[in-house]
Amino acid sequence: MRGGRDTRLLLYLPLAAAAAAPFFLSDYFQHMAVQIAIWSLVYTAWALMGRFRLTSLGHGAFLGVGAYVPTLLWNNYGVTPWLGIPLAMALAIALALIVGYPSSRQKVVGHYFALVTLALGQVVLLVIVAMRDVTGGSLGMTPHTVGHSWYALQLPNKAEFYAVALVAWLAGLVAWRYVERGMIRLALESIAEDEDAAESAGVDVLREKLKITAVSSGLTALGGALYAQYLMYLSPDAMSGVGISLQIVFAAIAGGMYNMLGPTIGAAFTILLTEGLRVLFGTHFVGAANTIYGALLVIFIIFMPRGIVGLAERILARPRVPPAPAAPEPAE
Amino acid sequence: MLSVKGVSKSFDGFLAVNRVSFDVASGEILGLIGPNGSGKSTIFNLIAGTLRPSGGSIAFEGREIAGLPAHRICRMGLARTFQIPRPFRRLALRENVTLAAFYGGRDVGSRAEAEAHAVAALDLVGLPNDPHTMIDGLGAAQLKKLELARALATRPRLLLADESLGGLDHAEMERAADMLGRIRRDLGITIVWVEHIMGVLMRVVDRVIVLDHGETIFQGVPRDAANDARVAEVYLGRSH
Ligand SMILES: Nc1ncnc2c1ncn2[C@@H]1O[C@H](COP(=O)(O)OP(=O)(O)O)[C@@H](O)[C@H]1O
Ligand SMILES: [Mg+2]
Repeated sequence: MRGGRDTRLLLYLPLAAAAAAPFFLSDYFQHMAVQIAIWSLVYTAWALMGRFRLTSLGHGAFLGVGAYVPTLLWNNYGVTPWLGIPLAMALAIALALIVGYPSSRQKVVGHYFALVTLALGQVVLLVIVAMRDVTGGSLGMTPHTVGHSWYALQLPNKAEFYAVALVAWLAGLVAWRYVERGMIRLALESIAEDEDAAESAGVDVLREKLKITAVSSGLTALGGALYAQYLMYLSPDAMSGVGISLQIVFAAIAGGMYNMLGPTIGAAFTILLTEGLRVLFGTHFVGAANTIYGALLVIFIIFMPRGIVGLAERILARPRVPPAPAAPEPAE
Repeated sequence: MLSVKGVSKSFDGFLAVNRVSFDVASGEILGLIGPNGSGKSTIFNLIAGTLRPSGGSIAFEGREIAGLPAHRICRMGLARTFQIPRPFRRLALRENVTLAAFYGGRDVGSRAEAEAHAVAALDLVGLPNDPHTMIDGLGAAQLKKLELARALATRPRLLLADESLGGLDHAEMERAADMLGRIRRDLGITIVWVEHIMGVLMRVVDRVIVLDHGETIFQGVPRDAANDARVAEVYLGRSH
């Protein structure tokens, strides 16, 4: 899993080049790159929980809070997104903890955890639709535009927005690294495997789960905010609900949720695939593109549970020493 | 050091532990024996906080702990092993123990400190202390040792050892029994030791409690247990 120094350079140099390239490319590629960077952040945030078997099917909730709260504050009170976004992140974290605290206390795990989160994503969508007086309901809404403005985080220049998105993406990777190298990884792996045994080893299961939930929901809200600021258009279906929540899950799994760059690769793969299918089939044949997209994801999840990165690791891995013969089972 | 008073536990109406009371004195090794299903592991689960008692009180060093979450009890200095080893297979062997040292120990400020405690615990039980050994290559006896190492890494004052001999051959049993003796002597850790067979345990423990169907049927020194009529009845044909 963790390669040597040279394999790491082999990986990071092209990555840095790829991340820098859009600055020198056309608007079209910059548009792709911004989307990839933002969704990479969201998928990375999701995988911070997903990799520890905290499979949330409701991250659209945090995306929605992140998208709508800054825009509502801006449109109604003129609050700058530089304040609105941290507030939205705090709200998303609060929401996550309000749902996470009782769920963890009641030991809601596995399928039940997935169901609770699924409901959460849908509830946020319903709230956005219900508040149509301020949110525009299912028709969506746009932030009041002021032209190019850093204060309003409205950057029609795609290269500038890409720079912002890159910083956010890096923040996601930094969070990943922090978890990967910290004691919290050991705690969360132990919880994923056996909560009672983890508790007996001194791990405060509730606390550790809530910690990673907070990081994950906060970063997802950041991604939602940036997505809204970039598109300058918000709609409940694109920013919350079951559809977008599942998109997050599929893409993160397709890329590989056990590796720092897996979710990023998942974002690049799904966005380029969508775009490729769109170009290939044009606009007449939208159904075909979506069907192929869906089918490919199903194939991925069934045959490559560790995603593209997992497959690459298997192919690149040097032949290993065969595993030791299985130990005889203890006679209990 | 530990005082268990009238503790009961029922599972959907089935009384697995029925008003059990005993005290553990600082520095002793107390044996807790009884046939399979007599409620020994359940008592450990109640003391360590994995299960909540249906009634009764449990005091550790004068503080009531019944119903506290397991991680808090562990951090107070009361560690336990599981009868059927429950290693974290997604972590390396040493990480399993470092985790316990870091989260379960008191005054462990850094990962480096936790690693040091982990290495000491691994050395004590005789497991490899390198960072690379994974769980999957370990045999039954080694997994038993891992349970002990994980508990010891939290530097407890009281250790609950659940069937540390289960599944071991005779030579391994003798060594494991000696190890528990050393843990008490060299580290000053008080031990409650559960087995379903008397055998080797009787050689090491100071006192023994015999359990049957969730009830205490004998408390005393090992020599008297061997001569007790009810103990003989419970163990007739079941001891070796
Ligand atoms: N979690 C549980 N749910 C239901 N019954 C249980 C549970 N744990 C133990 N029991 C029952 O309680 C009794 C005592 O079990 P246990 O404490 O494991 O016995 P021992 O460790 O002495 O072999 C057994 O009949 C067992 O089936
Ligand atoms: Mg048992």
